[in-house]
Amino acid sequence: MVRLIAFLVGLFFSGMLLLGLGDTVITAIKEPAVPSVEAEFHEETLPVTFAHDGPLGKYDRGQLQRGLKVYSEVCAACHSLNLVSFRDFAALGYSEEQVKALAKAWKTEVPSINPETGEPATRPAIPADKIPSPFANEVAARAANNNALPPDLSLITKAREGGPAYVYSLLLGYRDQAGYKNEEGKELLKEFPEAATPAGLHFNPWFANLNIAMAAPLTADDQVTYDDGTKATKKQMAEDVSAFLTWAAEPKMENRKSAGWAALGFLLVFTVLAWMSYKTIWADKKH
Amino acid sequence: MSFPWAQEYKPQGTVSKWVDERLPLPRLVYNAVGAGYPVPRNLNYFWNFGVLAGVALVIQIVTGIVLAMHYYASVDGAFNSVEHIMRDVNSGWFVRYAHMNGASFFFIVVYIHIFRGLFYGSYKAPREMIWLLGVTIFLLMMATAFMGYVLPWGQMSFWGAQVITGFFSAIPLVGEPLRQLLLGGFAPDQAALNRFFSLHYLLPFVIAGVIILHIWALHIPGSSNPTGVSVKGEQDTVPFHPYYTAKDGFGLGIFLIFFVAVTFFAPNMLGHPDNYIPANPLSTPAHIVPEWYFLPFYAILKAFTVDFGIPFTGIIIIPAKLMGVLAMFGSILLLFFLPWLDTSPVRSGHYRPLFRKFFWYGLIPSLLVLTYCGGKPPYTQWVVLSQLAAAYYFAHFLIILPIVSRIERPLPLPNSITEAVTGKPLPAAA
Repeated sequence: MVRLIAFLVGLFFSGMLLLGLGDTVITAIKEPAVPSVEAEFHEETLPVTFAHDGPLGKYDRGQLQRGLKVYSEVCAACHSLNLVSFRDFAALGYSEEQVKALAKAWKTEVPSINPETGEPATRPAIPADKIPSPFANEVAARAANNNALPPDLSLITKAREGGPAYVYSLLLGYRDQAGYKNEEGKELLKEFPEAATPAGLHFNPWFANLNIAMAAPLTADDQVTYDDGTKATKKQMAEDVSAFLTWAAEPKMENRKSAGWAALGFLLVFTVLAWMSYKTIWADKKH
Repeated sequence: MSFPWAQEYKPQGTVSKWVDERLPLPRLVYNAVGAGYPVPRNLNYFWNFGVLAGVALVIQIVTGIVLAMHYYASVDGAFNSVEHIMRDVNSGWFVRYAHMNGASFFFIVVYIHIFRGLFYGSYKAPREMIWLLGVTIFLLMMATAFMGYVLPWGQMSFWGAQVITGFFSAIPLVGEPLRQLLLGGFAPDQAALNRFFSLHYLLPFVIAGVIILHIWALHIPGSSNPTGVSVKGEQDTVPFHPYYTAKDGFGLGIFLIFFVAVTFFAPNMLGHPDNYIPANPLSTPAHIVPEWYFLPFYAILKAFTVDFGIPFTGIIIIPAKLMGVLAMFGSILLLFFLPWLDTSPVRSGHYRPLFRKFFWYGLIPSLLVLTYCGGKPPYTQWVVLSQLAAAYYFAHFLIILPIVSRIERPLPLPNSITEAVTGKPLPAAA
């Protein structure tokens, strides 16, 4: 009885699946899928390497400081970093005094209340504050940005496929759409005339749907003046800020990797000992 | 417990004797996983995975309890509380990454454990009850893992909860009310998050309870073995301790090396980037995909694309969506009937030439294809592949296995485990 019912159920499910298969194939032949503009013109991330790559990689403190400079002078005009506190910048190699000064001099003040009247007010940031958003709320942010919401950047390198390489590619990925061709030599506007970038958006083949609300943030070399004398090319700035945002998303990466090596070393010894005792105990037993 | 030659627990000191007379817990442990449990001497490394699954559960419970001390089940605070654990709690990043990857590794070892059972026929008499309890554990694990994935309240958490609870709305008449009852609202929200947290904390202990039954049921007939031949005498077995405790120790070392390598060096490899975006009910991710261990079942769900009805009348009896949901649950529930679908008296796939072909060239590839396609967007090639693989999956268990069991001529079995191991026939019974 069980087998009879099973046979019928199996026949039904498998039959419906094969029917569906036929249906899928017929539909695909009758109405072949039209390749989408994203499928043809969305680009893989640009090749870029970082000091923190790989199981032995460590953050380059100098690069993180440069990245912070790019973030604070360019990105912070729109994007918050609300999971990172000013005091966390100590990990980039700043002293306590420097962190205090950095917080105090931050362009955006943090929301507060007037201690006398109780009215909403702002005050200069202190090291315990999170990096504030320049906008009071989402409505204000959208109003200032053509109805687009600049995302918080605390986790951006973990929240996008490709991580830091994605951020790097996106920052350098702004192109002139007129006459833009992909690697196969196909011209976007000839293949997809209806996909012209709408007004208020910016063409960037590294963005998921090719049109991003953010205008190119890195516009010229030496947009930022680095304290360590590094030449601030666009590529350099993109690389530095991507490294900085990786740190912001994963501040414990170095602890994690060093703990990982210690754990692996311990386990290696443990496993060798376990293997030896296994062999010793079984020495007299054929199995 | 299982064989007359099993070593007996002999308490040595006064204290041990005192305890043994009042609460023989050490005796229970001795008989369950100590020298008192005789185990076939020929187990291969696939038999390590039961113990490893137990270890994985312990890792999940220990890390989970610590996480719950710092986690805050609130739609406004959950996401940030997880980041608080990652950034501010001492070694919180380790506990969280271990828990997150621990779930994946739990499924990896359980899938290998199930694979072992399927190939070596561990579900057959007299071990049906062990198998039934095992499938129950698997279902509980899936429920627990799903609810755990909702807790960080990221985009995939939210939309995963939306999609999975949406399955229930496919049920006619009661579907939508049932879905609202499960969620405690019209969409995943605070009520759903609270109850998922509560159940996510509860179910692992239920799993632990069913595992005790699973091991209890195992100790009645004793462990199966790669030849599938039953134990004939003392020469066929070795005491669990020290023989298999030593082998499991080695297996545990290898398992932990893999686990540690992923947890410390590629902790987000098995996750989805979208879950690092806070949940937003107003923005649907481009591709909603579950965790990798659910992908085969997700592929089965999506593989049903045509309604079942009366041709040319437009009357639909079972819509495609409902059928997908039924099939997805059915694909797991059918495992409960496996001991009665595969009627071959030969347990081990080694001695079943026809079964082995369907197993290696049919079932395993179709499961791999389903896993792969489950994570792909619904383009024609992936849909066609998953339809083919899903059709095979159901046919394999429900049609092919019963027929194969009937027509197959198994290879000659060794007379005993010892003979299979040593190549020598048994000495005459004394």
